Amino acid sequence: MRKIFLIFPLILFITITIFLYKGLENDPSHLPSALIGKNLPQFELETLLDREQITDKDILLDEPFLLNVWATWCYACRLEHAMLNELATEGIIIVGLNYKDDRNLANDWLNQRGNPYLFSIFDSNGSLGFDLGVYGAPETYLVDRKGVIRHKRVGIVDEHIWLSEFQELYLSLKGQNE
Amino acid sequence: MKKFTFFLTFVFSVHLNAEKLIEFSDVTYLERYQKLIKELRCPKCQNQNIADSNSPISKDLRKEITILLERGLDDDQIKIELASRYSDFILYDPKFGKQTYFLWLTPLLIFLFGFWFIFSMFVKREVNQAKQEDKHQ
Repeated sequence: MRKIFLIFPLILFITITIFLYKGLENDPSHLPSALIGKNLPQFELETLLDREQITDKDILLDEPFLLNVWATWCYACRLEHAMLNELATEGIIIVGLNYKDDRNLANDWLNQRGNPYLFSIFDSNGSLGFDLGVYGAPETYLVDRKGVIRHKRVGIVDEHIWLSEFQELYLSLKGQNE
Repeated sequence: MKKFTFFLTFVFSVHLNAEKLIEFSDVTYLERYQKLIKELRCPKCQNQNIADSNSPISKDLRKEITILLERGLDDDQIKIELASRYSDFILYDPKFGKQTYFLWLTPLLIFLFGFWFIFSMFVKREVNQAKQEDKHQ
């Protein structure tokens, strides 16, 4: 019976070590996504370029697409833009969500840096962004053809993130035929 | 007089700097609002509640709470509504569920284990004592 006493601190030590070690890899600024598996929220907004009315029904496309939250005030979006351009040339559909931005500045930005978006939704007061739970641009959502959000990434999507988080899921969604 | 104007400067400067007050249609809403914004965590600025935080996202959340209050939702419904977008992360007091049961039940399990441990020690001691008494007899 006494021997169990001796081994007890060791068990405690190992348990705490495991938890602390796992804690090292945890990113505290990463929020669990509440909208995975849910439909895109309802909205009624204008497009950035043509000021056309657009609702959530209009972005049910025939194939999965990326919804990218961006703004000209967002520094990290600058770093991300080249990757988005590249993905667009590969034929991946990207819909932009221009978040709390100025229309002219946003259009200038796209003229200067290239426009990877099929179109951008102009969300000047951030209402759609709020419903999506946006808390830090850039954010990228993978949406399937039924309008269900399948994956969310807060922060820059670069080559590495695309390959490790998005590509496989994207291709499997694209491969699904109804 | 000089003192008085000096005093006035401060009185008015406070008012100039104050944020626009929120007005509710019902007086009880303000109290609930104050309570709610202290119980919700800012998604962007960790370790601040949305009452303390000045970030745009906290402003949006505060604004949404005023709207939901006016719509007549109760406190729990408001929290659920906001957590459906920003996840349970923003709740300082998350509900007992699949993510929290481990946290709440572990202390109970440890307590029960300790109880069993001490109990079995006593039983053993009593058995040993009984054995020794048998030997002595």
